[in-house]
Amino acid sequence: MSIDLSQFFEVFFEESFEGLDAMESELLNLEPGTEDKETINTIFRAAHSIKGGSGTFGFTSVSDFTHVLETLLDQIRDGQRDLTTEYVNLLLKSVDCLRTLLRALQAEETPDLEEADALRGKFEAILGMQSASVSDDSSSAAAEVTLNTYQIDFKPKPHLFKTGNEPLFMISELGELGDIETKAFYDAVPDIHQLHPDECFLSWRFFLTTDKEQRAIEEIFEWVEDDAEITIGVCGGIFEGERGAVSEESEQQSVHKTPTPTAATGSSPATNKELVKKAESKKSSDSSTSNSIRVGIDKVDSLINMVGELVITQAMLSQIGEQEITESTITALQEGLAQLAHNTRDLQENVMRIRMLPISFVFSRFPRLVRDISQKLNKQVELKLLGEQTELDKTVMEKISDPMVHLVRNSLDHGLEIPEQRIAAGKDPVGTVTLNAFHQGGNIVIEIMDDGQGLNTEKIRQKAIDNGLIQAHEELSSDEINELIFMPGFSTADEVSDISGRGVGMDVVRRNIQALNGSVEVSSARGVGSTFTIRLPLTLAILDGQLVQVAQHTYIIPLISIVESLQIDISKVSRVGKDLDVLRLRDEYIPILRLYEILNHQGAIEELDKTLLVVVESDNHKVGLLVDDLLAQQQVVIKSLEANYQKVDGISGATILGDGRVSLIVDISGLIKLSGLKRPGSQELLVEQHSNEVA
Amino acid sequence: MSEQKDLNHQLNLRKQQDENQYLTFMMADEEYGLDILAVQEIRGWEDVTAIPNSPNFVKGAINLRGTIVPIIDLRLRFGIQSISYGPLTVVIVVSVQIREQQKVMGLVVDAVSDVYSISQEKAKDVPDFQDSDNGQYVDGLVNVGEKMVVLLNLAKVLDLNSKQVAQS
Repeated sequence: MSIDLSQFFEVFFEESFEGLDAMESELLNLEPGTEDKETINTIFRAAHSIKGGSGTFGFTSVSDFTHVLETLLDQIRDGQRDLTTEYVNLLLKSVDCLRTLLRALQAEETPDLEEADALRGKFEAILGMQSASVSDDSSSAAAEVTLNTYQIDFKPKPHLFKTGNEPLFMISELGELGDIETKAFYDAVPDIHQLHPDECFLSWRFFLTTDKEQRAIEEIFEWVEDDAEITIGVCGGIFEGERGAVSEESEQQSVHKTPTPTAATGSSPATNKELVKKAESKKSSDSSTSNSIRVGIDKVDSLINMVGELVITQAMLSQIGEQEITESTITALQEGLAQLAHNTRDLQENVMRIRMLPISFVFSRFPRLVRDISQKLNKQVELKLLGEQTELDKTVMEKISDPMVHLVRNSLDHGLEIPEQRIAAGKDPVGTVTLNAFHQGGNIVIEIMDDGQGLNTEKIRQKAIDNGLIQAHEELSSDEINELIFMPGFSTADEVSDISGRGVGMDVVRRNIQALNGSVEVSSARGVGSTFTIRLPLTLAILDGQLVQVAQHTYIIPLISIVESLQIDISKVSRVGKDLDVLRLRDEYIPILRLYEILNHQGAIEELDKTLLVVVESDNHKVGLLVDDLLAQQQVVIKSLEANYQKVDGISGATILGDGRVSLIVDISGLIKLSGLKRPGSQELLVEQHSNEVA
Repeated sequence: MSEQKDLNHQLNLRKQQDENQYLTFMMADEEYGLDILAVQEIRGWEDVTAIPNSPNFVKGAINLRGTIVPIIDLRLRFGIQSISYGPLTVVIVVSVQIREQQKVMGLVVDAVSDVYSISQEKAKDVPDFQDSDNGQYVDGLVNVGEKMVVLLNLAKVLDLNSKQVAQS
């Protein structure tokens, strides 16, 4: 009975990709000279599992390639070889290469082995240097072994290429065993019009004189046994004459032979490869939006617990249902129902959370990206990742990753200067790119900061005039000029590089982010650096909220923006201007925003000393929100109000409370705008200007 | 028997002509009709959560099985004197395509009335309102028996970004 291995393919691929990710991140941690044995072990183990798995499933192209990689790692692990940057680069490249190979196999396509072979050649060159001396010894020892001549008939089936095998490699491998004479039969090659470039029409006969055993030859063809007719026989010296004839014949044929394999393997290599590349990029983008999700075991455990509780509650309720109805059963029924409601709500909340993943899934690809690009650009870059545990919805995460890559590339290419320039400007030669993610109100905010040269407003303005985006006489503020980089067809890079500068960048970034109902802004200071801020709504995200009461309404203030809540000491309140109260709180002036006024609700408590003040911070401004009462704190699932209604100023979203009612989540920066505390376009609150004047 | 005949007759009629079915409801003694395919469900009135700084006809939002659905009082939307909500007050939950977005909203009306099949030809009969504000919300006026039914253009009625709303 044979087992259908293909059912395990998906698992193998998933594990292999994870293994590759692990290898990649560990490789990035490796610093030549200070390598940690455990790190190398981890890389080795990952490579080894990939090799083992691919061998089992018959993906020889992968296992062969991993084998050489593993040999090198093994030597480094055993201390026979020191780790150099060259090796790390090579290993990183081979991780990429393996990924491509595996993707092709996953898509059931013939992998393009060219890159793999080139890399394998490099590995073998490195390894060969050392093993050469060893093999010398063994060959001299084996010199006495008798020579045999084998006749090998190799007739591949047409689908040979599709299984990922390349006869040329087998032939060259045969050649390494001893003296070889080759005869190719190409009578099966059809007319050019019927020729399928991905089918094999050639067959061969080899005469191999070698000291090795027949087993060695069989090994070479081991992987293609089922895909070809192979006969191997010893022919001794009797066929001397015939062999001579054959060799002549093959010489004559060799003239024609040259074009045939090309035609067979891939008619016009360039176009064919391009097609493959295109298909690959399509595939990879498809696979990046994979439809499986990896969930932490703790989340699953808590789900199982909850389902357990649900079952118990259900059993309890059905027991009550069977009893006679009396006063006491009704009370028990009510209690049971309350418990059921509680269980269900918990369950719902937790199921929602499964979709939430930490943003480190996106961030994790950047160390590699930054390393590669900075090497290419000869810049020294340190990448800082902050807020990696910030959770956001999986769908949003998948879609934000490409725009982020673009922004990071931009920061590296345009933002950071080369070390010489940085030193000249009195900065640390090592530039810093910081990725930061955090929740703010109903949004997730992702910041991409660099400490480079900042945006060149002069240059942007000039470019915009050249491109006809603005008129030469238009007066623009620097913020408005910075906005121009998001216009279609705008690029200030002097030279178009493969990293950035084609001018199809920022407008696409903005469009992609807007498609997620988000926004992207840039702030920049010349010579100090620029910051790109992406704001995305988390339609499914969970937020820690403080429930507050305003008149008879319940609102939610995001806990993260709350600094403190206090009772107002009326003696410290002073009135600024016509109708603005300001509270002096430890050397700070906190403007008091009356929530009921801004939200237009009747019936709230208006006396300051009978209410509570929730001091919140947003965009570096502190304001106090006047509320009637503080209620519970709880995690809330953010729901969109816009989906069925429209954007409401001062409100970032809605949620459903425990009792099933809708409650609105306030948007602090929106409230500040609504209150008229901030002049449009100004960075300062009016109060701050006042207090500055006082000071 | 006569009922069966009647039904057959109706079925035949539906086949012969292109007819649409309309759900009708009562508001201030007038009968209005909505395309029945837009109707998702009919609910009783329940308490809503007020949305701050919204036009007066937006009563608030409710939780409809996990989605936030705004509730619109059609009387106020049309500038008719509002009445207090009673046990008969119903909310018709509709799903409408507004500016390329599918939105689910609830409409507060006095009472649900009937379902009629109305031929498209007849429904197209739009009188000239001579630019009156509410005229654009009407798709047509049809007579069903003795009664007159106003067929509403939901997409326009519920488009809260239109100029009329901005002015109010």
